[in-house]
Amino acid sequence: MDSNARKDDLLTLYDEQFSSRFLLGTALYRSPAEMCDAIKASGSEFITLSLRRQNPQQNDGDAFWQMIKETKCKLLPNTAGCRSAKEAINLAEMSRELFATPWIKLEVIGDDYNLQPDPFELVIAATELIKRGFKVLPYCTDDLVLCLRLQDAGCQALMPWGAPIGTGQGLLNKYHLNSLRERISNIPLIIDAGLGSPSQAAAALEMGYDAVLLNTAVAKADNPVLMARAFSQAITAGRNGYLAGLMQRRQTASPSTPILGQPFWQQHQGDKS
Amino acid sequence: MFSLLGNNNSFAIESNCALSQLIDIAGFAEQTIAVAINGEFVPKSAYLSTTLKAADQIDIVKPIGGG
Repeated sequence: MDSNARKDDLLTLYDEQFSSRFLLGTALYRSPAEMCDAIKASGSEFITLSLRRQNPQQNDGDAFWQMIKETKCKLLPNTAGCRSAKEAINLAEMSRELFATPWIKLEVIGDDYNLQPDPFELVIAATELIKRGFKVLPYCTDDLVLCLRLQDAGCQALMPWGAPIGTGQGLLNKYHLNSLRERISNIPLIIDAGLGSPSQAAAALEMGYDAVLLNTAVAKADNPVLMARAFSQAITAGRNGYLAGLMQRRQTASPSTPILGQPFWQQHQGDKS
Repeated sequence: MFSLLGNNNSFAIESNCALSQLIDIAGFAEQTIAVAINGEFVPKSAYLSTTLKAADQIDIVKPIGGG
């Protein structure tokens, strides 16, 4: 948690509380040590990870797992790469057993071009996993009706994309994201994917989003540790800005310095402007 | 005797071989893994009692970084 964050302002997901609003991925770092340093700098308490087939001779998985455990962070396994509800459900079960956690970042990809979630399979998978006792955080689009269906399925938090995974394009559709926030005000919404810079994360929090989840923007920065810290500070700034209450936007200018007592007023007497 | 596909590797297996035996043969016994057979999750508690069949496709997965 950034030291400027309010101590009493906690993120609640499925009745569990977190002081950090920054969920961080563990892929794409140049080295495991760099990953651990970035996680520490981010202040994140919740990190994503995955499962893949590996040869038994490869000890990468065990070494990675050991380092992850040492971070003491809560684990959020994903179902990345799954293309059907059945695949996602089975991978979620494998993750629950191996990582000993009911949390799952549910991904069901529907298209290779933009890695857009398949809304139909996503709802099927979410419904089943909730029934099986999982704490499902679905990676979804910013489609309002899809999000409502996921909420109906029992999801107690949703993770709409800002932009397609790994693009760094930020909040592409602010109208949809604002509509979503206004319509779904009773559960946490987390921007997941597509963020490329700290200012985009701050904008998401200013809009009333509860947290952000990202990976590439930190892992692929020239200095991931510094970038992790920058995102942490931006997330705190955005959240504090939201809590402080943003001013109403105006179409016309309004002077901030009082007009009363303006010197040289005589010189403006004849001005038309 | 038959062969089956585990993590894209072919293994020669005795008939009525248990999943736990394959895990030993493949070198995963001491590792942090989860298993699916033909796309269906198999819990650890069932490794001993699950008998493998010809043409079974075994997925043995380990932790990896993810976003």
